Amino acid sequence: MDPSVENSVKAVRKSKEEKKVLRKQLKASHTLLKHEGITTAPLPTKSLVVANGGLGNGVSREELSAALKEMGEVEALIMPPHKPYAFVTYRCEESARKAVVHLNGQKLQCGENSVTLYLSYVTSVTCEKEKSVPLPEGLVLVEDFVSPEEEALLLAAIDWSSTNDDVTAQKALKHRRVKHYGFEFRYDNNNVDKDKPLPAGLPEECLPVLERCLRNGHIDIMPDQLTVNQYESGQGIPPHVDTHSAFEDTILSLSLGAKTVMEFRHPDGRLVPVMLPGRSLLVMKGESRYLWTHGITPRKFDMVPACDPQSPAHATSDLGTNCNLTLSKRGTRTSFTFRKIRHEPCRCAFPSACDSQGAPSAPSPSPPSLPCCHADATRLEEEYVHRVYDAIATHFSSTRHSPWPRVCHFLSSLPPGSVLADVGCGNGKYLGANPDVIAVGCDRSSALVQICAERGFQAFVSDALSVPLRTASCDACISIAVIHHFSTPERRLAAVRELVRLLKPGGQALIYVWAFEQEYNKQRSKYLKEQNKEHPEHLSPDNNTSEDRQEPHGKPRIHTSGHLEDNCRPADKVTDGKLSVHTNRTTFNTQDLLVPWHLKEGKRQGEEESGESGRKDKRKEKSKTASGNSHSPDSKPSPSDDSIQTSSSTLKSESGSSPAPVFHRYYHVFQQGELEQLCAQAAGVKVQSSYHDQGNWCVILEKD
Amino acid sequence: MKLLTHNMLTSHVKGVTKGYPLLIKATEVKVNEVEFNPQFVSRMIPKVEWSCLVQAAEQLGHRQDLPGELVPDYEKNEEFLKKVHRVLLEVEVIEGCLQCPESGREFPISRGIPNMLLNEDEV
Repeated sequence: MDPSVENSVKAVRKSKEEKKVLRKQLKASHTLLKHEGITTAPLPTKSLVVANGGLGNGVSREELSAALKEMGEVEALIMPPHKPYAFVTYRCEESARKAVVHLNGQKLQCGENSVTLYLSYVTSVTCEKEKSVPLPEGLVLVEDFVSPEEEALLLAAIDWSSTNDDVTAQKALKHRRVKHYGFEFRYDNNNVDKDKPLPAGLPEECLPVLERCLRNGHIDIMPDQLTVNQYESGQGIPPHVDTHSAFEDTILSLSLGAKTVMEFRHPDGRLVPVMLPGRSLLVMKGESRYLWTHGITPRKFDMVPACDPQSPAHATSDLGTNCNLTLSKRGTRTSFTFRKIRHEPCRCAFPSACDSQGAPSAPSPSPPSLPCCHADATRLEEEYVHRVYDAIATHFSSTRHSPWPRVCHFLSSLPPGSVLADVGCGNGKYLGANPDVIAVGCDRSSALVQICAERGFQAFVSDALSVPLRTASCDACISIAVIHHFSTPERRLAAVRELVRLLKPGGQALIYVWAFEQEYNKQRSKYLKEQNKEHPEHLSPDNNTSEDRQEPHGKPRIHTSGHLEDNCRPADKVTDGKLSVHTNRTTFNTQDLLVPWHLKEGKRQGEEESGESGRKDKRKEKSKTASGNSHSPDSKPSPSDDSIQTSSSTLKSESGSSPAPVFHRYYHVFQQGELEQLCAQAAGVKVQSSYHDQGNWCVILEKD
Repeated sequence: MKLLTHNMLTSHVKGVTKGYPLLIKATEVKVNEVEFNPQFVSRMIPKVEWSCLVQAAEQLGHRQDLPGELVPDYEKNEEFLKKVHRVLLEVEVIEGCLQCPESGREFPISRGIPNMLLNEDEV
């Protein structure tokens, strides 16, 4: 049938529907104009914008192309990444008209979904050409490295049915299947047992491939470890850097089966997606191996370069900018990762990512800067105070059983029947200090408040800047080791004002903050003294309880761990405006800093999925002590990674030297006189007394 | 959450002027026996908002016959003090929520703990 005749018939019969299409089309052009800067033309041209026909809508190039080609010869089809529209340019205007007549308002079936296409003429086809992103330094992709025959041979060499764990250390990880040859990669400590080779060496099917790698100069030494990962569609692997101390420089990854997109990320934020076709070899060397993380986002479709004969899929590194893309449904992909076990410490040029050189085994994001606005401050505190306390709550609480004498003295001096609010009450160790007062506590950490409740104290979850207690309802307030966690002077003042608001006239508030001066009147604080009692190089997981007695400070509970800071960062030095990481039990060199907390084994909380920080689900997990190992155990219960588990979480940068995860809490340590000055800015209150108590500055305020 | 705590809590949502008392919507209430200390209770009474306490006790069905107005010389009235003791210290809301009387904002109570955290736009 002549399609134009059919259409005219339709036009008469379905004028209502056509009007609707017209309306939608108009709306689509408005939307495009408004959001994307695309101007549609009123008169026919050779080019069309196809609204809804974009990769961002789940439309693949093949499906759209097939529909468009029925209308005439297509000169170009441009599908910008992530956009809900595409552009088509026909050889002649007539085809474009035909496309508008026949496809406008029509449904296009794309897999299980269908979209309704709206076509409009455009005068020019634009595709933003950002500057092309080069491959990470040291990364080489060799396509068609193995033949289809070799591929089949290699795949057949892996016996997934085997349950003989001891031979190949097969593991069913949460997101994929994995098998190890030569040496087992241990996900609990992100390393290998170098003295314990597996009975099964590398499958002999691999040898021809590896020999070719040697001959071609991709490697200069034969690998002795193989990890085989099998990913089903929708599976992936979190971003990670293979542990430096575990493996030598060059890492080979052979992709078999379906293609996938691997994402490389530089610590500075650069992202380079790299399409890995089946039978290709990826060679990671130098910066790409040591500094960039690589990972595969779990999803079912990838954006890949279209495999048109006119446009060969060469631009593997151009996925972010290429407009000649399509969607590729992921199939089962098997990767063979060949590595050479390292026997000497790594001496690479990337100490920030090198566990041998003291960096956390996970590439921790660079430390935050001091906030310059309110939003920054809340973000900093959320990440470096609130989340940390929630994550370390149980361990933290176990180190907080002894109230400080001078705080108790203040509490016991309160008349019986006084109403006391402990703002930032932690595990509630002061809530029962004086049983004759009516005590209620609050804390930002629900995990800590839970502990208060279990002890039978009255406590609720709230922020110290906005305490939900009636104004002038308290005879006394205490704020012990809280205000130093606010990251701007304004917020510290607001915290004082909030305490004052709660007080009745004549009521008193006791405030403790950590002091910059850990040595006062020629007396070193217990915090510093503790230094000599511990091995600076060795973390004893048992010393937390003793610390509590010896260090009167409430929240900065810290182990001595010289490694992290001594070896890789100058202690307490602010670099590039970034907050410095304090070396535990040393004097402070700066007032704003991050204080490490070494989480005791077996008390881990606040686990996370796939490298995002700050999930608060409290999943307790008993982890084995990985003593004598230079890596921390992974923070996730079910590590899922080719080689190493790393988390990009700021919370859990893991120490390269201790067996426990390290959390960093933000502190502003107060200089002498600073707390008094701060309180003087709060109206309606006087500083009644102030003192230094074991490395803390303390004031007692009285409301007018 | 004991009613003593409820008596001190107020809504702190931005812009709210009458955030007190918070309405209690309880789905689980427990009565936990606490040692009776008449002296402690009589010291507490002047610290609490009496009408709020009676209203809260009423909402939870534990008002007993507590009067709307505080009785004089309660210090010597042991029977009265016992009732106050009960509502202040023994009745506990385990699950439910607290509702701001002005904005309607609800604060969840879970495992006996009110979560009074506000969203950024409420501060």
